[in-house]
Amino acid sequence: MKKFLSLKNVVVSIAILILIWQLLFSVSSYSEALFPSPKMAFDALLEMISDGTLFENIKTSMYRFGVGYSVSVAAAVILGLILGRIPKVFQYVNPVLQLLRPISPTAWMPFIVLLFGIGDVPAIVIIFIAAFFPVLLSTVSAVGNIDPVYLKVSKNFGIKQPALTWKVIFPAAFPQIANGIHLALGTAWIFLVAGEMVGAQSGLGYQIIDARNNIRADILLATILVIGVIGILLDGILKLIEKAVMKSWGGAV
Amino acid sequence: MYIEIKDACKNYVQDGKEFTALDHVSLDIEKGEFICLLGPSGCGKSTLLNALAGFEKVNSGSVKIDGKEVKAPSINNITIFQNYGLLPWRNVLKNVELGLESKKVPKAEREAAAKKYLELVGLSGYEKRYPKQLSGGQQQRVAIARGLAVDPDIIFMDEPFGALDAITRMKLQEDILKISHEENKTIIFVTHDIEEAVFLADRIVVMMADPGRIKSVVKVPLGDKRDRTSENFLYVRDRIFDLFNMKSEGYIEYYI
Repeated sequence: MKKFLSLKNVVVSIAILILIWQLLFSVSSYSEALFPSPKMAFDALLEMISDGTLFENIKTSMYRFGVGYSVSVAAAVILGLILGRIPKVFQYVNPVLQLLRPISPTAWMPFIVLLFGIGDVPAIVIIFIAAFFPVLLSTVSAVGNIDPVYLKVSKNFGIKQPALTWKVIFPAAFPQIANGIHLALGTAWIFLVAGEMVGAQSGLGYQIIDARNNIRADILLATILVIGVIGILLDGILKLIEKAVMKSWGGAV
Repeated sequence: MYIEIKDACKNYVQDGKEFTALDHVSLDIEKGEFICLLGPSGCGKSTLLNALAGFEKVNSGSVKIDGKEVKAPSINNITIFQNYGLLPWRNVLKNVELGLESKKVPKAEREAAAKKYLELVGLSGYEKRYPKQLSGGQQQRVAIARGLAVDPDIIFMDEPFGALDAITRMKLQEDILKISHEENKTIIFVTHDIEEAVFLADRIVVMMADPGRIKSVVKVPLGDKRDRTSENFLYVRDRIFDLFNMKSEGYIEYYI
């Protein structure tokens, strides 16, 4: 019943969006080339599917996203687990993190393109930066928030490093780390498009630039919708993975 | 003497104020004894336990177990905590196996030992459950099984039944008393519940606060089978009540 309701909500909500779009299209005086109707965007979507460009670009983008995001999460979690255990060092690392964190990853773009050229690497680096800080900071804070009784028990039962980290600290901190990983997913996906708009000649971000250059607003809007849908799917998949991990670790959630 | 505490002092600074948790505390404990550290909060009973278990160091004086100064926690002396300290991401069986993993016991033996001790605490059939699915009393039983599984010499218990309801608490008291006789462990048990101390202890160490110190050590000559309603039980209990009602005095009395 609950599932049915939420499906109903989704359908109604999207129907309203398309309706408003159609209404705006009907009353606006913009040229069709600049502001296409839902139908035109849908046709553009079919066109991209049939000529294969859409899947080619999705594949390229997903590859960059997969590499950048997973390397970033792994690096940030490992570094966070280490820094979280040595607060005295973290006190000196933290100011630098706080300085770097608010900088939009795209601000590094010119620099990244100069260093790495055009292609897969700039987009991967941008995603890496985008995901890195939220995951690192949530991991450090998660490790700091572990119930001290777990550490006392570990000491008592003679659990030493590295077993301490993977048997106790990581699973104890996991719920909060997962939070950071989840937040970072959205951020990273947003910056994938930004990265590909500047530093790449392929992928969904590039397709947006390409559509603009060719004055194909219908393709542009269709691509935007695809980016949104993939974002939702990624989020859903991550939620499922999180749930599975939590479940195997204590029947929680 | 098996456990020797000599002139132990421990000070904390809390909110800029110095606070004496242990003021020249001396105590000897024999192997196999069941000792209750009894007193109001702030009397240093938990501090003393933590010093014995190796979680905290005293500022001066010495704390020795089996002739050796206590420097760090050891797998030979297991502490049972009030909030159980079970790892929620491990099922009951895996929780009990925790200490055996550090001892590098092979998997099959670990499982057999864990099952044996779960049976001892009355939790056979709960192996695959997770701590969250158990009641507080059952969780503490798992923690006790986990402690017993590594076959420790001493078990430290820090208000282990403090979070349980009265009926469950009494049931667990009976069980721990039985286990202490069957397994022949030395048990040091911190509590602020007078009846609990009288029910369990061979000797009760009565402590007072501000500064934390031992007021008196009371022997409880009630034997292995204890009845909460017997005359002797009530007699010892009244004795302890008397001790707490009296104005604190600066010397240690011994009752036998």
